[in-house]
Amino acid sequence: MTSLTGTVALTRFILRRDRVRILIWIVALVALAALTTVGIEGLFPTQAALDQTAAATAHNAAMIAFNGAPQGLNSVGGQVAFQFGAGGMVLLALMSIFMMGRLTRGEEEAGRLEVVRSLPVGIHANTLAAALTVAAMNLIVGGLTAAVLIAQGLPVAGSVTFGVSFILVGLVFGGVALLMAQVTDNTRVVYGGAGVVLGAAYVLRAIGDIGDGTLSWFSPIGVAQKARPYADERWWPLLPLVAVAVILFVAATALTVRRDLGAGLVAARPGPPSAAPWLGHPLGLALRLQQGALLGWGAGILVIGAAYGWIGPTVDTFIGQNKALAEMLAGGGGGSLTDMYFASSFRLIALIATGFAIQSAMRVRSEETAMRADLILATPVSRWRFAASHLAVACAGSVILLAVAGLAAGLTYGLAGGGMQSVPSLFVAALVYAPAMWIMVGLAIALDGLVPRMVGVSWAILVACVVEGFLGAVLGLPHWISDLSPFERVPQLPAASLTLLPLVVMSAVAAGLTLVGLTGLRRRDIGRI
Amino acid sequence: MPNAISTSGLTKSFGSTRALDGLDLSVKVGEVHGFLGPNGSGKTTTIRVLLGLLRADSGDVELLGKDPWRDAVELHRRLAYVPGDVSLWSNLTGGEVIDLFGRLRGDFNRRRRDELLERFQLDPTKKTGSYSKGNRQKVALVAALASDAELLLLDEPTSGLDPLMEAVFQDCIREVKAQKRTVLLSSHILAEVEALCDRLSIVRLGRTVETGTLDELRHLTRTSITAETVEPAQGLADLEGIHDLEIDGAHVRFEVDTDHLDPAVRRLAEFGVRSLVSHPPSLEELFLRHYGDELAQEPERVDRERDTTPLPRR
Repeated sequence: MTSLTGTVALTRFILRRDRVRILIWIVALVALAALTTVGIEGLFPTQAALDQTAAATAHNAAMIAFNGAPQGLNSVGGQVAFQFGAGGMVLLALMSIFMMGRLTRGEEEAGRLEVVRSLPVGIHANTLAAALTVAAMNLIVGGLTAAVLIAQGLPVAGSVTFGVSFILVGLVFGGVALLMAQVTDNTRVVYGGAGVVLGAAYVLRAIGDIGDGTLSWFSPIGVAQKARPYADERWWPLLPLVAVAVILFVAATALTVRRDLGAGLVAARPGPPSAAPWLGHPLGLALRLQQGALLGWGAGILVIGAAYGWIGPTVDTFIGQNKALAEMLAGGGGGSLTDMYFASSFRLIALIATGFAIQSAMRVRSEETAMRADLILATPVSRWRFAASHLAVACAGSVILLAVAGLAAGLTYGLAGGGMQSVPSLFVAALVYAPAMWIMVGLAIALDGLVPRMVGVSWAILVACVVEGFLGAVLGLPHWISDLSPFERVPQLPAASLTLLPLVVMSAVAAGLTLVGLTGLRRRDIGRI
Repeated sequence: MPNAISTSGLTKSFGSTRALDGLDLSVKVGEVHGFLGPNGSGKTTTIRVLLGLLRADSGDVELLGKDPWRDAVELHRRLAYVPGDVSLWSNLTGGEVIDLFGRLRGDFNRRRRDELLERFQLDPTKKTGSYSKGNRQKVALVAALASDAELLLLDEPTSGLDPLMEAVFQDCIREVKAQKRTVLLSSHILAEVEALCDRLSIVRLGRTVETGTLDELRHLTRTSITAETVEPAQGLADLEGIHDLEIDGAHVRFEVDTDHLDPAVRRLAEFGVRSLVSHPPSLEELFLRHYGDELAQEPERVDRERDTTPLPRR
């Protein structure tokens, strides 16, 4: 077993290096599970309230598309699994993807693994140490979540099933990231590739749960939900997840021995000996550097938008002739249930697309810490132009992603029987989220300009917006907190009418934040400060 | 002759670390100026101040008659920069990066670019991610040398080059010098500095400790003498400026401060010189001795400085 020599020491080294990051993930996820449970207990204080919502949800295609098949919804446990299950699994999958990617390909790409491997350390030691760390994080989050649910008085069997389904989904996506880390030599591609698999898993489950459930069996998230926590648990659907996780891990280690250190399986090809004409100014460079990310995110957003458009016509037929229920679900806002569904869909898509916007805006900082900004700024390019070129890609890319989502949703909605006349309105309903995304871009550059060390906080702000958007009501957040999220200020098209004022105000806020950031950037030192 | 670069009393701190502590530097137009100092002595910080990437805490700095912080963009049309640790975009090819820099600077000479690629034997179709450190450095060097910039700021530009490429680099710098362009060359390769530089400045702990031509600096140090005399030499130890004296019968070896060379040679002559070999100090000896002396003479001061000013990060 010399191929594993040094695993223990490397695992301890990882725990020492990433202890803060690991702790934040664990605490945040477990706290979110606990808060959701408490929120649901407060939201449905009586069995009658639970029965009522269970009956309504069974007919609500939108909620099923977002959360999963309705099962055991007349119990607090069932509601927790419904409201937090799919979202929690996505968060755990993201945790596993980011940790696995940075601990394996990230270390290798940075050249640090080369130094480690020059020591008496086995070829699989770092891979195993990373896998052990990620597995332990999933075990702790899943275990603590189950413990918290049991402590809240929920049934033990359901809580354990729920916790184990979290662990297994986390492990599967850790495996996906590990496999991606062997195929490509670029850490960003690892995140992107595994992220696309995660998006596909979520969307397959949504389409499956709306239909006869078959497609859900092709999604790790869908399969995990088939274990039915708090609704006559059954264990056997969890077995294929264990098998998939093991196969992914074994396949990744098998690929490790077939490639050189630092290389992927896909060899780098020679490129053009001279630059294309458009690669002669900062904007051209920013576009060139970000085109891969934009294409990847665009493909993902296209799939999600198309899937949600495809589900669209089902929303009305699900509710059938029950007009009273339809009005109740629509919340009396005047819009139809389908309109409400699309409003929620576009909010979800906008929040996902904001991941690109922040990643893109943070390029200003990552170019600086990689000392590549020095090279650009040593030419007659001002700091404003350098930063603005990346921000332009971030802001225009946001609009492009929203347009893709709106068009895809409109067209598939039309094809699926919803009628093509909705295409323009759905297109606009997606685009109205642009100013909210620009605010997030503005926040990222403001942090970069004023407190560059804290630029990563942008991600925390996005996570807060996601949690607010999907669990805000369940968590019972006060209005003044909910209203801090720019995504709450966007007119809920097509359910609400288009009001320009909030969009204008938000655009102005985004411009103000950007101005603050750029001014800060111009006044401070450049470098790894 | 006007100065291309002049700084006086430059200071810069990063938190509690004092990277520059009153640095003076003056580089004349048209000269190749060596910039020497141990790791962490403030060379890179100085160059980044000159590029307007960092703002000095205090002191004056002027580059080509302008303020590098305020007039950065304007100045950068007239200069080219090569960092010691070149980090590039791994998915762009070397040729693309060179073209990009050329176009950003605006004085791109395609013919010279191709000629330099040839001379440095750099394959422009390879992605920079697959380049070695030396090849990444060549990308930055070709981009800088293909420009008509009147000032080159080179921060250890050859630390990754092999001896053949080092020779090509030296040829290129001589051509730049022949065109009356100015070069600030930070380097650890003393032979390179000795071969190329008109004048040099030595920095230590963020301060300039010596500046001048190589000859001027040599006067500050010692010449080593090995001689054979007819009669055993005597009385040398009484002379001023004699160090490490060894007398073995007719053979004598010592080092003498260059200022006191004349009395030492006169004294030797009294005993009948059969043979005499004199070595002027090499730059390396000059460099080492300078620090060695300071460390030996002022251990307390140095220790105190070490405690209060840890070596800055690059």
